[in-house]
Amino acid sequence: MNGTQVWIAIGLTVAGCYLVKLIGLLVPAEALERPLVQRLAALLPVALLAALTAQQTFGTGSALAFDARAAGLAAAALALVLRAPFLVVVGAAVAVTAGVRALGG
Amino acid sequence: MAEQTAPRVTGGIRDDSPRAGGPAGPGKPDSAVVRDALGVGVAVGLSGFAFGVTSAGAGLTLLQTCALSLLVFTGASQFALVGALAGGGNPFTAAAGAFFLGTRNAFYGLRLSQLLSLPKPVRPFAAQWVIDETTAVALAQPDRRSARLGFTVTGLSLYVLWNLTTLLGALGAEAIGDTAAWGLDAAGPAVFLALLAPMLKTATERATAGIAVILGLGLLPVLPAGVPVLVAALAAPAVLWFRGRRAQREGGTENRAGNRTKNRTEEGDR
Repeated sequence: MNGTQVWIAIGLTVAGCYLVKLIGLLVPAEALERPLVQRLAALLPVALLAALTAQQTFGTGSALAFDARAAGLAAAALALVLRAPFLVVVGAAVAVTAGVRALGG
Repeated sequence: MAEQTAPRVTGGIRDDSPRAGGPAGPGKPDSAVVRDALGVGVAVGLSGFAFGVTSAGAGLTLLQTCALSLLVFTGASQFALVGALAGGGNPFTAAAGAFFLGTRNAFYGLRLSQLLSLPKPVRPFAAQWVIDETTAVALAQPDRRSARLGFTVTGLSLYVLWNLTTLLGALGAEAIGDTAAWGLDAAGPAVFLALLAPMLKTATERATAGIAVILGLGLLPVLPAGVPVLVAALAAPAVLWFRGRRAQREGGTENRAGNRTKNRTEEGDR
């Protein structure tokens, strides 16, 4: 991917993300208050975040891989179960991944 | 950004519920609102480090990384975009994933627009701060004045810090070179997991997440980069459709919203 393509992706994301923020403030409440729309809006991030977590842990390009990142994510999951703050969760994943790699994992 | 503080947009109109005689009383002290807001703004703002590092590690330039934090300013979408670009996706599928993650902000805006009742000319500027954290802080306030103050202080502190730490993170990543050797490629998925965890409250969310993981990983080797995550998003409407069908078969008496006490009283009328 070249620089122009990256900028196109950035431009589209900037425009799209700003517009959805603005739409919420401008449209009449009834338009988005239908229960099905609300439920879908709550569930869509769940599906996206779950898929992204899995792909960025077990994917390398278009191949599946099981490496040090899996240990890092397990550490993050443990930190979440222990109700650790956000930065500790991310820090645990980074530290454990680095540690496993240093040990040759 | 956006983690344990993420508000649930699906609930009832929490801010409209009568709280007469509640512990908050008439008006909360401004200092208390500012303290709450700064607590969230600073804690989450610092996680811009993780974004800066991840974005630089994904191969984006310093300018591109900072442009994302300045102009997109919604963490999950930013992480999703740089992850998709690193994975070799085309710009359109990469932006689509980031966009779909950002759609939840429209529903936050809807709640905030009722709560803050901002003048029309201010709305295009306030819109950039409509994110998980500002919504969570604003909705937690007892009245409009406190809500406006909470929204503004959270938005400002988070915006300034998120952009500052993005810059520092990107510079730091360039200085240390191989970010993977430092385990920094695990920061992105860990952020996603931290965002996801508080959302997995009922069987519906867990089923959706499970199906999305299977689709996301299963399709990764066979579909073009960036497309599998969009297909995985279909787990959400699929699960809703399936649950709707099952509820119909069971006679539709089941209270699917579950967390709304209002529904319980309406239940008898049906």
